[in-house]
Amino acid sequence: MIWLATVLICLMLVAAITAAIFKDLLSAVIASCLVSLIAAILFYLLQAPDVAMAEAAIGAALVTAIFVIAIIRTRRYEE
Amino acid sequence: MRKIIGLILLIIIAVGLGLALVRIPFGTSKSRLGEYYIREGRKETGATNIVTSVVANYRGFDTLGEVTILFTAALGVGAVLSIGRKRKNNIKHQPASLILRTGCRFLFPLILLVGAYIFIHGHLTPGGGFQGGAVVASAFLLIYLGCREIRISEKGTKAVESLAGLVFVAVGLVGLAVSGYFLFNFLPKGISGRLFSAGVIPVIYIAIGFKVGSELAGIIDALVEETE
Repeated sequence: MIWLATVLICLMLVAAITAAIFKDLLSAVIASCLVSLIAAILFYLLQAPDVAMAEAAIGAALVTAIFVIAIIRTRRYEE
Repeated sequence: MRKIIGLILLIIIAVGLGLALVRIPFGTSKSRLGEYYIREGRKETGATNIVTSVVANYRGFDTLGEVTILFTAALGVGAVLSIGRKRKNNIKHQPASLILRTGCRFLFPLILLVGAYIFIHGHLTPGGGFQGGAVVASAFLLIYLGCREIRISEKGTKAVESLAGLVFVAVGLVGLAVSGYFLFNFLPKGISGRLFSAGVIPVIYIAIGFKVGSELAGIIDALVEETE
């Protein structure tokens, strides 16, 4: 279990850093979605299924959709 | 220069957070109130999910405030996006591919069912009104992305949202009338673990589920319409 958590946290860190440095905003949004998804799995592993559900539904699905809609309205690439 | 200042600030915040978190004894029960909820919660409220017994019963008034904040936020999004917008009903959308449309239509009722299950069984299993409502809203998001010609009516979401909010406040006021406490659990508690148990908790959580679901679906509706 501890190894699974370690691997997930490392993946989460990588995803968070790539979300910060990507110039392509759509890829950055997908990377931040990955952060939320891994956070949901970690919440589940830490025996907080209530929080995991909220994180998966809001953090991974709805927030990503709202960001994508915002990118459609503006520009896709950062200058 | 700015980068160095930013880095120093970041280090200060990280060290501060680390020092604060080191002191917290994670995994051990230190709070007497928390221990009381775990020990007596099931007996007092009839809900097997202790998180729900706190959210919908012990701290029900806080939850009412939380729902109100969400309502205000949804209202704000609607107000900002509706400035200078004319509702266009007869736009011809380029239809999505057959696979995408069929997949969305197949998944939509299933996701809706999962969301409804989560908030109806909020007092028995993990999850509740907020989680179930978010899942329901994500089902509507799927239908917006896959089948673009289908729209939920704005009046419908507003009506469901207002009705659910009214049910929550009405349950609280009936409790006030019956026993003198707002949100008093006046219904019979039944056998703990059954679907019809825990008094007013399932009623409140179903109302919250409908409210959150319709609010988030309304926000998505306003945003998606704005992109057209």
